[in-house]
Amino acid sequence: MSASAHHAEEHWPHEPEKATLEGRNKVLGFWLFLGGESVLFGTLFATFLALRDQVGDGPTAAELFKLPMVAAATMILLVSSLTSVFAVQALHRKDVKAMLNWLIVTVILGFGFLALEIYEFVEYIHEGHTFTTSAFSSAFYTLVGFHGAHVAFGVAWITILIVQIFKKGLNFVTAPKIYVSAIYWHFIDVVWVFIFTVVYLMGKVG
Amino acid sequence: MAHTAHTVKRYRGLMDWLTTVDHKKIGVLYLIAGALFFGIGGIEAILIRIQLIKPMNDFVDPQTFNELITMHGTTMIFLGVMPIIFALMNAIVPLQIGARDVAFPFLNSLGFWTFFFGGLLLNLSWLIGGVPDAGWTSYVPLSSTEYSPHHGVDFYTLGLQISGIGTLIGGINFLATIINMRAPGMSFMRMPMFTWASFITSALILFAFPAVTVGLVLLTFDRLFGGNFFYIPNGGSIVLWQHIFWIFGHPEVYILILPAFGIISDVISTFSRKRLFGYSSMVFATVLIGFLGFMVWAHHMFTVGLGPVANALFSIATMLIAVPTGIKIFNWLFTMWGGSIKFTAANLYAVGFIPTFVMGGVTGVMLASAPADFQFHDTYFVVAHFHYVIVGGLVLGLFSGLHYWWPKMFGRVLAEGLGKATFWMFYIGFQLTFFVQHFLGLTGMPRRVVTYLPNQGFDTMNLISTVGAIMMGIGVLMFLYNIVITSRKPANASNDPWEDGRTLEWTIPSPPPEYNFKQTPLVRGYDAWWKEKMDGNTEMKPAEPIGSIHMPSPSILPFFMSIGLFIAGLGFMFAKDEFGSGIVGFLFNNYIISGLGLLITFGCMFLRSVIDDHGYHIEKEELEDKGVKA
Ligand code: HEM
Ligand SMILES: [Cu+2]
Repeated sequence: MSASAHHAEEHWPHEPEKATLEGRNKVLGFWLFLGGESVLFGTLFATFLALRDQVGDGPTAAELFKLPMVAAATMILLVSSLTSVFAVQALHRKDVKAMLNWLIVTVILGFGFLALEIYEFVEYIHEGHTFTTSAFSSAFYTLVGFHGAHVAFGVAWITILIVQIFKKGLNFVTAPKIYVSAIYWHFIDVVWVFIFTVVYLMGKVG
Repeated sequence: MAHTAHTVKRYRGLMDWLTTVDHKKIGVLYLIAGALFFGIGGIEAILIRIQLIKPMNDFVDPQTFNELITMHGTTMIFLGVMPIIFALMNAIVPLQIGARDVAFPFLNSLGFWTFFFGGLLLNLSWLIGGVPDAGWTSYVPLSSTEYSPHHGVDFYTLGLQISGIGTLIGGINFLATIINMRAPGMSFMRMPMFTWASFITSALILFAFPAVTVGLVLLTFDRLFGGNFFYIPNGGSIVLWQHIFWIFGHPEVYILILPAFGIISDVISTFSRKRLFGYSSMVFATVLIGFLGFMVWAHHMFTVGLGPVANALFSIATMLIAVPTGIKIFNWLFTMWGGSIKFTAANLYAVGFIPTFVMGGVTGVMLASAPADFQFHDTYFVVAHFHYVIVGGLVLGLFSGLHYWWPKMFGRVLAEGLGKATFWMFYIGFQLTFFVQHFLGLTGMPRRVVTYLPNQGFDTMNLISTVGAIMMGIGVLMFLYNIVITSRKPANASNDPWEDGRTLEWTIPSPPPEYNFKQTPLVRGYDAWWKEKMDGNTEMKPAEPIGSIHMPSPSILPFFMSIGLFIAGLGFMFAKDEFGSGIVGFLFNNYIISGLGLLITFGCMFLRSVIDDHGYHIEKEELEDKGVKA
C-alpha cells in the first residue's frame, strides 16, 4: 500500500482526497455525518416553526429583524462558500499557494459573518429580545445560535488546517482534511440559506 | 510514508484497554460496560417488582419508586442493551465482511468512551444531586424544574446527551465500515444477515439520534438557562417534546430489535444446517422496517388529541410494519423446516425468540388500533407489549448471539448444559413475569403506579409477576456463573467450534489475531465459508499475497475527550448551585469547571488533528511465525 501511494504522490490524481482508503473512509464518513447534521437542523427548524408565533410580551419577528444586515451576512457566507470551492479546485491542481490564499479568504469571510451575527444578537438583546423572553426567542437563538456555533467551529478548524498545510504541505493525509472541511463549510452555508428564508424572510412577511 | 517501520508504543494491562483502537477489544469493553449497566438496571427492576409484590406495600416510597422506574428504563435501553448490541457488532461485523478493522478505529474508541462516561454521569445521580424521576420518556412538564426541581433530570439530559454522541459515532463508523471495507467478492447481497441488520440499525441511529440530541438540548436549555420551549406560560409546547422524543423513540426500538433479527437469522441458519430461507426477502424486509420505522412515531401519542385523521394514518402505517416483520417470522420457520436442527444453547434462545416475539408483535398491532389504544394506553398492557419485544425479542437474541459468538470472542465455548438450564430459567421467568401483565393491563392496572388497592383482581397476578422476575434474575446470575467457570477453561476453541459455521468469522482463529485476516479472503458467494466447505476446501481463497499489514496506533485521546465532556456536563449542571466551600462555588458558578471540561475535549480534538497517526506495520515474517503456531 505505502509503496504504491508513494509512487502515486508524484502523479497527483484527479481526486487526491480519495487516493487512499483512509481518505475514502473520511470522505464517506463525513457525508454520513452531514446526514445526521441534517436531521439535527431539521429538528431545530421544526421546533422553530412550531414556536415562532409564540412571542408573548416580547417583540415579534417582523418588528425585530433588519433585513439589510442579514442580507449582507448572507452574501458574505455565500461568497465564502465560493472561495472554498476555489480552494478545493486549487487542491485538485496541487496549487498549494492558491489553495492557502482561498482558505484564508474563506476564514476571513467566516469571521465577518460571525461579527455581524454577534452584533445582531447584541442589538436584539437591547430591544428586549433575550433567550428567556418567549418561546419564539428561545427557538430563534437556539436555531441561529447552533448555526453560528457551527460557523465558529468551522473557522477554527480551517485555521488549524491552514497552519498544518504550512507545516506539513499538501499530501494524501492532508488533502482529505481540506476537502472534508470544504464540504462542511458548504453544508453550513446551505443551512444558512434555509435560516435566511424560514427565519428572516418568513418572519418579515408574518 | 513508505516502508519506514514506525516503532509504536504498545501498551499492556490497563493502559492497553484505555488506549486500544482494536475493534475486538472495544467489543469486549462494550460488553463489560453493557453488562455492568444491565446489572444495575436489573437490580432496579427487581426492586420495582418487590414493591409491587402485594397491594399497599411500602417497601419503597413513591419518590424512590419513580426514580427506580425512570432509571430502570433509561439504563436498560441506552446503557444496557445498546452497548451489548455494539459489543457484538464490534466483535463480529468486521470479521463477517472480511475486514482487518473498522473504518475509523480511533472514533470507535471515542464512541465507546463517550457512551461510557455518559452512562457514568447518569448513574452518578444515585450518589449526588438527585435521581431522574420523570420516566424514561421524560415528558414535560413532569421533567421541568417546576415539578422536578432537583438535578435528577439534568443527569438524564446531560448523561444521555454525552452517551448519545458515542452511539452516533458508532453508527457512522459501522455504516462507513460496511460500505467501504468489505473484502473482494463480498457484495451487499452476499453479506450475512447480522451484518445487514447492523448496517440498517446504524442508518437508523444516524437519522434518529440527532432528533433526541436536539430534544435533550431543548430540555437542558429550559432547565438550566430559562428557555421556554416547553414552558406554556411563555408560549412553549409540551406536545413538541413528545413529537421529538418519539420521532427518535420509535426508530430506537427498531435500532434495538434489528440486530436481534440479524443474530437469530445467523444462528438459526447455522444450527439448522441450511441456507437462510428467503435471504433476499429478509434483506428487503429489514430495509423496509427501517424505513417504515420513521413514519409511525405518533402511535405513542394516540391519546394526546392529534385528531382522527392523524390517528388513522399513523394507525395504518404502524400496522404496515407487521407485514415485513411477518415475512421474517415465516423465513425463520422455513429455514428450520427440514433442516437438521441442533438445539444448542444459542439455538434454544433463537428458537425461543420466535413465539415470544410474535406475541409482542401481535399486541403491537392491537395497540396500533387507535380506538383500542385509548383503553390500553398507560396500562400494564403496554408494559407487557414492550417487554415481549425487548426482553422476549432483543434480550433473548443477545443471549443467543453471546452463546454463539462467545468462542469467537474469547476462544472458549460457554458450558452448554448450564447454558440450556439458564435458558429455561430465564425463559420461564420471563413468561411468568410478563404474560400476566397483559391481563393486569386489561383489567385496568395503570403503569407507573407505586402501589394498588387489594381485591381489584391485581393481587395474584402481581405476585406471579414478581416471582417470574426473580427467576429471570437467577437466570442472569447463572449466565454470569457460566462466564466465570468458562473463563477458567483453556482457550482452545477451534476456528469453527460449532463445525457448521457458514460465514467468514469462522475461518480465522478464535479469538482472532489483531489483524483478523492474515490474507484478505476472496468471497465467492453467499455463506462464503459454507460454500468453500461444500466445494471441499479447508480454507478461504486469499485475495492477496501475504504482505506487511498496516495497523493504527493506540491512543489515550478518546478517553480524555470523554472525561472532558463528563466534567463539562457536571460543570453546567451545578453552575447555578450554592456550595459550602467558596472556592468550589467560584469554580462552578463562573463556568470554570464546564469551560475546563470543554477545553480538555477540544484540546484533544486539536491534538488529534495536528498529530499524524502513522500507525505501525506487522511484517510478513511476523505473520508467518504466527501462522506456524496456530
Ligand atoms: C409489529 C411491531 C410493533 C407494533 C405494531 C408496535 C406498536 C406499539 C404501539 C402502538 C405502542 C404504544 C402503546 C401505548 O403507549 O399506548 C407501542 C409501545 C411500545 N413499543 Fe411497540 N410496536 C411494535 C414493535 C416493537 C418493538 C420491536 C419494540 C422494541 C424492540 C417495541 C417497543 C415498544 C416500547 C418500548 C413501547 C412503550 C414506550 C413507552 O410508552 O414507554 N415495539 N408499540
Ligand atoms: Cu413505537
